[in-house]
Amino acid sequence: MPKNEMTYCLRIPSRTDNLELIREFVARVARKVGFDEDDVGKIELACDEACSNVIKHAYEQKNGSQSLDVVIRVDLKKLTLIVTDHGKGFDPSKVIVPDMKEYLAQLKVGGLGIYLMRTLMDEVDYDIKPGVRNQVKMVKYLIDKKSSKVVKADRNEE
Amino acid sequence: METFTIQRQDKDELSILNLSGFLDAHTAPELEKQLDQLINEGRSKIIVNFANLNYISSAGLGVFMGKIETVRSMNGDIKMCRMTPKIFRVFDLLGFPTLYDIVQEEEEAVQLFASKERSSRRADDRA
Repeated sequence: MPKNEMTYCLRIPSRTDNLELIREFVARVARKVGFDEDDVGKIELACDEACSNVIKHAYEQKNGSQSLDVVIRVDLKKLTLIVTDHGKGFDPSKVIVPDMKEYLAQLKVGGLGIYLMRTLMDEVDYDIKPGVRNQVKMVKYLIDKKSSKVVKADRNEE
Repeated sequence: METFTIQRQDKDELSILNLSGFLDAHTAPELEKQLDQLINEGRSKIIVNFANLNYISSAGLGVFMGKIETVRSMNGDIKMCRMTPKIFRVFDLLGFPTLYDIVQEEEEAVQLFASKERSSRRADDRA
């Protein structure tokens, strides 16, 4: 583990009525490590979208019989949010929403969450092993907004 | 814990929904139920007031997307007002301002419905 890294974990029954609790956990950690309210809101929403997808799709709403894990790793430069489930998984290449305007014109419901996650966070990666373990990993860098400088992490810290 | 509530207010043809609390994948079905109720009653001129809504996720936006076509086919609309910057940002990120009337004050939404009514009446007079 790199120096200065802290890990926060939440294992919680996969139920929509736990979304509020998940958001509170994520928001409090993000606030604690120095993100401003604007970014706290973004991280909170991205996490909600990832967890809502797990509850709705990976577990097909078998409300609460399975759990999902929310792990937050923070260091001096970034926050990494990892949502893990053991449900059926999906093909991440099929969830790319290329053109929001076109998409909206078709008035399609669903799929908005993935688009939001990509927009709100700096990096979004999937690691899908259907039925074994599915992970969504999202990164938000701590930005010094006064100098608008992005504090990028060194690669060798990974 | 703060929940999600919808307070409905009917004024002539208009129905105003005042949302408060958190609108997420857990509470979105309540909003869907309320909109279905209005549609079943034939009430399609809907104003949604977001003044007391603290949070929205895509599940909430999905409800509006799912109902707008039906509402417009009934010659109505869903107009939105009094969003906080935090709520508006989510709508904006997903391109909603191009599809929906989103205004500052509830009165502006009422006026938008009224002016549409006037212009369609003028069109009827000409016919």
